[in-house]
Amino acid sequence: MRSLSLFGLLCFSCAVQSQTLRIGLAEDPDVLDPTMARTFVGRIVFSALCDKLFDLDEKLNVVPQLATAYEWSGENRTLTLKLRPGVTFHDGEKLDAAAVKFSLERHKNMPGSNRRGDLAPVASVDVVDAHTVRLNLSAPFAPLLAVLTDRAGMIVSPKAAQAAGDRFGARPVCAGPFRFVERVAQDRIVLERFPEYWNKGAIHFDRIVYLPIVDSTVRLANLRSGQLDFIERLAGSDVAGLKGDRRFKIDRIVEIGYQGITINIGNGERAQSTALGRDARVREAFELSLDRDALVKVAMDGEAVTGNQWVSPANRYYARNVPIPKRDVAKAKALLAAAGAANPSFTLMTPTTSDAQRIAQVVQAMAKEAGFDIKIQSTEFSTSLNMADKGEFEAYALAWSGRADPDGNLHIFNACKAPLNVSGYCKKEVDELIGKARTTLDPAQRAKFYEQIAAELAKDRPIVYLFHRNWLWAHAAKLSGLRTVPDGLVRVQGLRMN
Amino acid sequence: MQKYLLQRLATLVPTLFFVSILIFGLQQLLPGDPAIALAGEERDPAAVAYLRAKFHLDEPLPLRYWYWLSGVLHGDLGDSVRIQKPVTELILEKLPVTIQLAAMAMLIALAIGITAGVVSAVKKDTAWDYAANAFALWGLSTPNFWLGILLILFFAVHLGWLPASGYVSPFEDLKANLAAMIMPAFVLGNAIAAVLMRHTRSAMLQVLSSDYVRTARAKGLNERVVVLKHALRNALIPIITLGALEFGTLLSGAVLTEQVFSIPGFGKLIVDAVFNRDYSVVQGVVLFTATVYITLNLLADMAYFLVNPRMRG
Repeated sequence: MRSLSLFGLLCFSCAVQSQTLRIGLAEDPDVLDPTMARTFVGRIVFSALCDKLFDLDEKLNVVPQLATAYEWSGENRTLTLKLRPGVTFHDGEKLDAAAVKFSLERHKNMPGSNRRGDLAPVASVDVVDAHTVRLNLSAPFAPLLAVLTDRAGMIVSPKAAQAAGDRFGARPVCAGPFRFVERVAQDRIVLERFPEYWNKGAIHFDRIVYLPIVDSTVRLANLRSGQLDFIERLAGSDVAGLKGDRRFKIDRIVEIGYQGITINIGNGERAQSTALGRDARVREAFELSLDRDALVKVAMDGEAVTGNQWVSPANRYYARNVPIPKRDVAKAKALLAAAGAANPSFTLMTPTTSDAQRIAQVVQAMAKEAGFDIKIQSTEFSTSLNMADKGEFEAYALAWSGRADPDGNLHIFNACKAPLNVSGYCKKEVDELIGKARTTLDPAQRAKFYEQIAAELAKDRPIVYLFHRNWLWAHAAKLSGLRTVPDGLVRVQGLRMN
Repeated sequence: MQKYLLQRLATLVPTLFFVSILIFGLQQLLPGDPAIALAGEERDPAAVAYLRAKFHLDEPLPLRYWYWLSGVLHGDLGDSVRIQKPVTELILEKLPVTIQLAAMAMLIALAIGITAGVVSAVKKDTAWDYAANAFALWGLSTPNFWLGILLILFFAVHLGWLPASGYVSPFEDLKANLAAMIMPAFVLGNAIAAVLMRHTRSAMLQVLSSDYVRTARAKGLNERVVVLKHALRNALIPIITLGALEFGTLLSGAVLTEQVFSIPGFGKLIVDAVFNRDYSVVQGVVLFTATVYITLNLLADMAYFLVNPRMRG
């Protein structure tokens, strides 16, 4: 009898343990306030903490979450959203149209908000009734629905946000499946199941513990030793070693972002200091000197897909009229000769990560065969951003985490005077086309505009796009229900331990 | 002793003031615009402008120093912009972890280092001495992160005896806490033990050849008493200084070891804050650790009085 009770007790503790999902993150997230947050890894935590108006599915379609329906009207300058009834925040407050208006206005107006740019076209928000809101836009804005699938679409409890002021992120209150319990900086973030969640049937864990473990080898060791159930960003070099182990599974998703080399062609004096910045033929020669397949194999252990645009070739908006150019060293040399710069030299600024270093070294070696003399300048990330903004660079190897709508990868980097347009590129025709693609809701029509934009950018090459990384996830084989959405976020709905 | 102590305490205030200027000044030398670093890859221009205003980045340096200093004097070290937490709270959160790790590492270092040093000196030019020297060479030349990863792979992944990384509060579960801390403490202690061993050995060799030790032996004292009571006590003076310095260094954080074992201590906190230009955190934590370091030095000086009666006069 005693042994039976002991057995029962042990089983009970097993069951309790199995209801905690332990996720290893590659970095410590920044502030957990959707208005102020700015890191990719923070978005992973938000996936369990804060529901959004819309979500994305595996094919990047916008699907309902807190909003159940939408309708464009008024020449696409008005977006009316129907909200899900019966939703409550973690503090028991009701999530209604007034709360949505409050959150959207907070995103737009709060000092220091990082969502202001996302919602710039939203001029005002009206409460139509308790479950209907109307977003009035200054101009039609096709990416808006996709924007509302990210932090700009997260709705926070007005009561908690007003009480906490600019310290809301220390104890966030949203309407996601899990509520905030505690955070020890650089150690763990603990969330617990929210019993009143509107979709509670899809939640099969009692707790989630996020553990930031920066070193990928240690992250994997934790998974192997059973201390973690899931790790994000498995190192490409560890895939082969883990493949044979039946206790684990690996999932890979092509990211919505890209890795590219931004060239300074019009940002300050350095733009004119190199043949690469002055002459489009030299930039074309540079691109032709690169073998993207080999680059991905050598520098990324094959864990990326090659690309030459701001979206991957699998994306519905990839412009097929501008395919990935094959390596052609002879043509590259001919172009350099025509440009009168047989051996152009330039400095390639890269962040200090080992990935970035490997990419730069392979690019350097490949381009050398066409006559390029590249110096690698490894620069700490924050400093490199600052130097890029000031135009103190000639070429910059930069990865962008990406946005669900192609506009989020294109406009801010390529439109005249856009915030992240560090290459200094500015072309009226491209600006007009980007504007048209943003204001057209019809996907087929938008795709046509992107074809024209791709053709224009291929002439000027302010950014040489290289590839799109795979998000690599490794997890216990018993964990099921994972949805591989290209934004790389871990959605907890449907996740269970078998 | 009282006079000496008062003198030392009197120098504490100007030293800390100088340190505060140094911390603030050195931070300004970090490259890049802190507002852009904090705003991150998206760096919305309005958010950058807000951060610049919030941290008075457009104002003259002395004025910014005054804003910070007046806060510090009122016990307010500011807030972390990155995670919206008061710096004091962050320090209090990390302090027990750092102290425990440092104390465990130091205990391991002292136990191994002094024992090996004494044995090596007493058994000079024997197999014991060579073995101790080999150990010191290993300790000094083994990178912490490498040893850390090896230990994780062996004890956590292969044997499954210890957790691979992470931290558990001793108040939550003491056994789990010790299991989580033993590997990082050993990694840190191993390197310090090597240094302590070398210093103990040379100090002991010097003392063992001195006249009073010879006299003690001539008096027919037991060798054990000669070594442990007469020789080691004198040889300990430089070891205490070194130990205090090493302990101070441990308290300011062991970046690589904390990173490998995911121990949420000061090292990780400072490094993350520097990379993200989270100025309040960097300034607050460095000021705090500098104060601890200076205090430990003071305590080390006081310890001389306890081990060396000649200094009490």
